[in-house]
Amino acid sequence: MGLGRRTDLFQIRIHGRGGQGVVTAAELLSVAAFQAGRHAQAFPSFGSERTGAPVVSYCRIDDRPIRLREPISDPDALIVQDASLIAQINVFSGVREGATILINSERTLAELGIEDTGSATFVVLPATQIALAHIGRPVPNAVLLGGFSAATDQLNIEDVIEAITERFPGRIAAGNIEAAREAASLVGEMLTEARDG
Amino acid sequence: MLQQLEGSQAIARAVALARPQVISAYPISPQTHIVETLSRMVKDGHLQGCEYLNVESEFAAMSASIGASAAGARSYTATASQGLLFMVEAVYNASGLGLPIVMTVANRAIGAPINIWNDHSDAMSQRDSGWIQLYAEDNQEALDLHIQAFRLAEEVSLPVMVCMDGFILTHAFEEVALPTQEQVDEFLPPFDPQQVLDPAEPVSIGAMVGPEAFTEVRYLAHAKQMQALDTIPRISEEYARITGRHSGGLVDEYLTDDADTIIIALGSVLGTLKDVVEGLRAQGQPVGVLGLKSFRPFPSQAVRDAIGSGKRVVVLEKALAVGIGGIVSENVHTALAGLPGTTSTVIAGLGGRPITQDSLRDMITAARNDELPQLSFLDLKVELVERELERAREQRRSGPTPENLLRDIGQVSGPEAFGATP
Repeated sequence: MGLGRRTDLFQIRIHGRGGQGVVTAAELLSVAAFQAGRHAQAFPSFGSERTGAPVVSYCRIDDRPIRLREPISDPDALIVQDASLIAQINVFSGVREGATILINSERTLAELGIEDTGSATFVVLPATQIALAHIGRPVPNAVLLGGFSAATDQLNIEDVIEAITERFPGRIAAGNIEAAREAASLVGEMLTEARDG
Repeated sequence: MLQQLEGSQAIARAVALARPQVISAYPISPQTHIVETLSRMVKDGHLQGCEYLNVESEFAAMSASIGASAAGARSYTATASQGLLFMVEAVYNASGLGLPIVMTVANRAIGAPINIWNDHSDAMSQRDSGWIQLYAEDNQEALDLHIQAFRLAEEVSLPVMVCMDGFILTHAFEEVALPTQEQVDEFLPPFDPQQVLDPAEPVSIGAMVGPEAFTEVRYLAHAKQMQALDTIPRISEEYARITGRHSGGLVDEYLTDDADTIIIALGSVLGTLKDVVEGLRAQGQPVGVLGLKSFRPFPSQAVRDAIGSGKRVVVLEKALAVGIGGIVSENVHTALAGLPGTTSTVIAGLGGRPITQDSLRDMITAARNDELPQLSFLDLKVELVERELERAREQRRSGPTPENLLRDIGQVSGPEAFGATP
C-alpha cells in the first residue's frame, strides 16, 4: 500500500444492505464526479445481491483517466448506509489516515460503540429519516451523497443534484434532491460546529 | 461527447449504432443488462429495422443467429459462461459456415462449482471454434470493438466474439465516448453477404463434406483467420481515422521497448497492470506490458516483434487448462519459438478473485529475481489446499471439495445452512 499511490486519487467504499441502493449510490457518485469534470469509476462488489444481505460498492475519483480495477481496500472515504453492519462486519477495514466516514444513524458515535475515532472525521447522519421525510421511502443512498458532498472537497451538492436528475424520473428525483440538500446543509453545520468547537 | 455510463449500456448503444437487423438472445449474468437494453431499444423504436427474438435458450439464440445471418441479416447475440457452453454446437456451425455474426461474451467462470464472477474460462473454451476473438481492456475499447467487429466479421465472412470482463467491465460506470450515427455509417457499410439464402437465386448452405474436401474447408477457414491478421489493424486504423480514437488492433505495447521483463495479458487486468508497471518504472525497474487485443487469430508475429530477444516473459491469464496450466502461454510459446528468453505462466483472477496491485508487484519482483516458477497461481491459499488434501488422505469419504473449502473458510454450505448439525 502507498507505493505508487497518487495523491489525487480519491477512493470511496460504500457499505449497505441489498435493497438500499448501495450500487446505485456508487454509480450516482461517479456521475456526479464526472459532471464536476473529474474522471470517475464506479463498480459493485459483484456478490449475489439479496435483499438485506451486506453489499459493498466502490467509486474512484481522479484528475486523470482511471485504469485500476482492483477493489478498494484502502478508502479515503467510507459511506455506511446501515449502521447495524458495524457489529456484523469490519466496515472500517483499511481506511486511510484522515479518512472521512459517513454513517447513516439517528444515534451518536458513542451509542454506536465508536469511541476511538483516530484521525478520521466521523459524520453521523439520520439519512433514513431525512429520506422518509422527503421521499416517503427509507432509501438513504442519495441523501448520504448530499452529506458526502459537504464532508469532502471532491464535488459539490450541485454535481450530486445533476446526477440525481439524470438518473431518476421527476417526482422521485425531486424528493431525493430536497433530501440531499438538507443532508448537505446539515453536514455543513455539523462540521462547522465541530471545527469551531 | 464523453458520457458516464454503465459498460453494458455503452455496449447496447454501440450495437444499436451498428444497425443490427436481428438480435436473438437469452439472458444470463453478467450479460443481461446488454440484451435487456437492446430489447427495450427495439420495443420503444429507438432501434429501428431490427427484430429482437426472445428465444428459449442460448442454443436457440445462436441457431436463430445462424438462420438470420444466412438470410442476409446483420445478426448479433450475447452470452456468458454456461450460456456459451450451451450454444457450443451452434457456435462451431456459425464459424464453419462462415457467417459473420457478432457476439458479446461477458466473460464469466464456468461451473462446477457454480460461480457468477469473472474469468476467461468461457471464451477460452471456444478458442478453437473458428470464431475471431477480440478482448477489451476497458469499456471504451469494448464499445469500439463491437462496431469494428461487425465490419471485420462481414469483411472476412467469419463470426466475431467480443470478449469483455463480466462485472468488472459490464457493470462498471466509467466515461465513454460513443461515435455518432454518421461516423458509424461511414465506417460500416450495409451488410453485403458473401453467401445468402435468397429464393430468387436459390443456393444451399451447410452441405455435408466428406474426406475429399473437409481438410480444404478447414484450411480455408485458417487462411481466412490469417488474412484477418491484416484486416484487424487496417480496420482499427480506419476507425481511428473516422472517430479520432485508437482501439483494438492486434496488440498494445506499453513501455516494452527497453524492458527486461514483459507481462502479457488480455482484458481489463491490463489497466491495473499498467498502473503497477508505471509505479515500478518510477523506481527504475525496466518492465513493460504487452496487451493481446486479438487472441484469434493469434498475432504471433506481432508478439514476436514486441517481445524480441532475451526477455523475461510472464503470461498472466484468467483461465486454466487443467492438466497442463496456461492457455495463452501455450500460444505465446509457439509465437516465441526459437527466441532466447524465459516464460512463466501465472494463473490469476479465477472465479472473480481480485487481482491486486500488491500481488502483481510481488509477481513482477519475483520474475525479475528469477524466482517465478514456470507455473504459479496468484494469491493461492496454500493452507486451504493443504487441508483438503490432508482430508482426502485421511478418509475415503472426505466429501465434496467445494463444500469442504467453504466450511474451512467459515462460509456455511450444505445441510448446516438449513439448520442441520454437522
